[in-house]
Amino acid sequence: MRELIYLTVVLPFVGFLINGIFGSKIKNEKLIGAIGSGVIGISFVIALGAFIETLGLPVEQRQKIVTLFSWMSVGNLDVSFSYQVDQLSLVMSLIVTGVGFLIHVYSIGYMHGDKSFWRFFTYLNLFIFAMMNLILADNFVLLFLGWEGVGLCSYLLIGFWYDRKFEKSTTSDAAKKAFVVNRIGDFGFLLGMFLIYMTFGSLNFNEVFSRAVSFDVSTATFGFIAIFLFIGATGKSAQIPLFVWLPDAMAGPTPVSALIHAATMVTAGVYMVARTSIIFASAPDILMVVAIIGALTAFFAATIGIVQNDIKKVLAYSTVSQLGYMFLAMGVGAFSAGIFHVMTHAFFKALLFLGAGSVIHAMHHEQDIQKYGGLKKYMPRTYLTFLVAALAISGIPPLSGFFSKDEILWYSYANGNLFFWILGAGTAMMTAFYMFRLYILTFEGTSRFGHDKHPHESPAVMTIPLIVLAVFAAIGGFIGIPEVFSGEHGNQFHNFLAPLFKDADRKLATYNMHSHFEEILLMVLSVAFAIGAIMFARYVYLKKPSIASNTAQKFKGLYNLLWNKYFVDEAYDTAVVNPILQTSRSFLWKIADNKIIDGVVNGTAKIIDVISINIRKLQTGVAQFYALVMMLGIVAAFFWIILSL
Amino acid sequence: MTITIEYYLILSAFMFFVGVAGVLTRRNAIIVFMSIELMLNSANLTLVAFSSYLGNSIGQLFVFFVMTVAAAEAAVGLAIIIAIFRNKLTVNIDEINILKW
Repeated sequence: MRELIYLTVVLPFVGFLINGIFGSKIKNEKLIGAIGSGVIGISFVIALGAFIETLGLPVEQRQKIVTLFSWMSVGNLDVSFSYQVDQLSLVMSLIVTGVGFLIHVYSIGYMHGDKSFWRFFTYLNLFIFAMMNLILADNFVLLFLGWEGVGLCSYLLIGFWYDRKFEKSTTSDAAKKAFVVNRIGDFGFLLGMFLIYMTFGSLNFNEVFSRAVSFDVSTATFGFIAIFLFIGATGKSAQIPLFVWLPDAMAGPTPVSALIHAATMVTAGVYMVARTSIIFASAPDILMVVAIIGALTAFFAATIGIVQNDIKKVLAYSTVSQLGYMFLAMGVGAFSAGIFHVMTHAFFKALLFLGAGSVIHAMHHEQDIQKYGGLKKYMPRTYLTFLVAALAISGIPPLSGFFSKDEILWYSYANGNLFFWILGAGTAMMTAFYMFRLYILTFEGTSRFGHDKHPHESPAVMTIPLIVLAVFAAIGGFIGIPEVFSGEHGNQFHNFLAPLFKDADRKLATYNMHSHFEEILLMVLSVAFAIGAIMFARYVYLKKPSIASNTAQKFKGLYNLLWNKYFVDEAYDTAVVNPILQTSRSFLWKIADNKIIDGVVNGTAKIIDVISINIRKLQTGVAQFYALVMMLGIVAAFFWIILSL
Repeated sequence: MTITIEYYLILSAFMFFVGVAGVLTRRNAIIVFMSIELMLNSANLTLVAFSSYLGNSIGQLFVFFVMTVAAAEAAVGLAIIIAIFRNKLTVNIDEINILKW
């Protein structure tokens, strides 16, 4: 099946073409949804086949490159559409096509009756096409094609309901914000690519990475490449300082938030860092920066998540926070732990978003959790699956989130330092708290909505994906049981990915000098924190709701700071957006464009005008005058020829 | 006394300049037209003279072509002059100076 891997890219594109060209003619929603989901389902089957085949092969044969055609070949630069099947790309493909398929199916129910039903599936298929290019690419250029493609789809889907209001502006403003902020990161990524080509003379992964090991390149060069690539990752994966777009991206339909802004696209930055692990490992200082940014993002996003009241906003900040965990893992050199968290996070965060979508669907697009309450008796399946996801993200054993999160926490202590662990454990505690705040305010307690709302369970097409995802969110962690429990077999997931990161590991030379006792102690501590936070959330929001408002009153300053998201948006507006707008209006528009550019263009025309007014007097209209001038000219030419002979 | 090539050339040059003077100075379009014919014929004369001088018939052949073209040109030119006269009731070319800015 491995040589068929290109089909996982081609099929979504075919779906995109069919739905894009004929979608508006096909009036049948079921057919459009079947085409859109079907192509992704087949892609998943192919990826699964390739994965099983790879599992049966010895380690050294597990990498395979499938070349479709040469894209461009100029001088030394040779870029082709070729796809790399290896452990990392297979894991990512399974996540993208698997979770993607479930979300496609869910969308059939969620988008039912939308006037642009076909457009939604067209964009979703295009997204999967771009994302698969990003994951399977065997060179930086193809990866960048996917990178930009998912950015475009993100833009299109955030602004999908372009005629709707979102907060103080419109959804198209949110879409533009996402696109522009992403572009800043993409610029860094481009610079990184240029520098890679300058240094290694190739953009092909295998060539670059083998040369990164063998070439004599200074740490500074590696550092610049790594920092530029990381800037790209901060844009796509919503890390400090470029995380501001992700909360606004919630303007899109909820399945989009689940697919693009939780499970797949935002993890592209993590994937890219893992893929280029050897470059990052060669620049340990930058790796430290990655860890610090990741830990800080995880921590600060979680603090914001505690006070938000919009169900999707809470989940958005939770996503930013979890992405911070993944970068923390990358930063301390635990690449496979980061990818493991990408996978488990895809399960439970997609589930949380789809559950939230189910609630929003039932509540007629009400998103304020203060106006929910007691929904568990109306929508039992959504309630149960949401609870599983909330427990998983809180890191309660034996659900998937426990294994991946504790692995990251452990490595942040073992390879990093106590500071990272404290930030990570603090984040875990806050995560458990805000997730259960969200869960309790939504499903438990008394109803706080009016009689005009009649919540009901969503149709099966929406609840079945929820159940499937809940199963994975519950048991998905067992493929990565840490060594301390599984004994001599070690961590299966880690062992599977290890060959890809062996060069980076050797460079970092991280020796695990810590005892199993420490590992278990930290694990018990973080689980205790999580359970404590859940109990506290239960106590505050179920038993004594007054505590929450009293605390908010008492620490008004802090509450306002968190409620307004540390005023980051306002700070960016003041420091960057408004100065640029002002300069554009007062200088670039009124002076540079109106005066200088228009002046040059109009001035040229005016000069020619003045010259013409004078010269045209020669043209008298008297034919004999012309003949005379012609004759004089001929005579002059004649004499000139004779004299020059 | 034999008539050498120089005689022909001098006569031809004289005819040509008479034609040029006519084109440049006369006001009546018909006479300007006749002057142009005169210039053409002076060229024909040169061609014939050289043809005879060099013992090569191509020059004479060429004259026939020139005369054919001149005849066609005369037909078109006269038609234009008639058309202009119908419009402007004059064929004085210094009064026909609308071909300008």
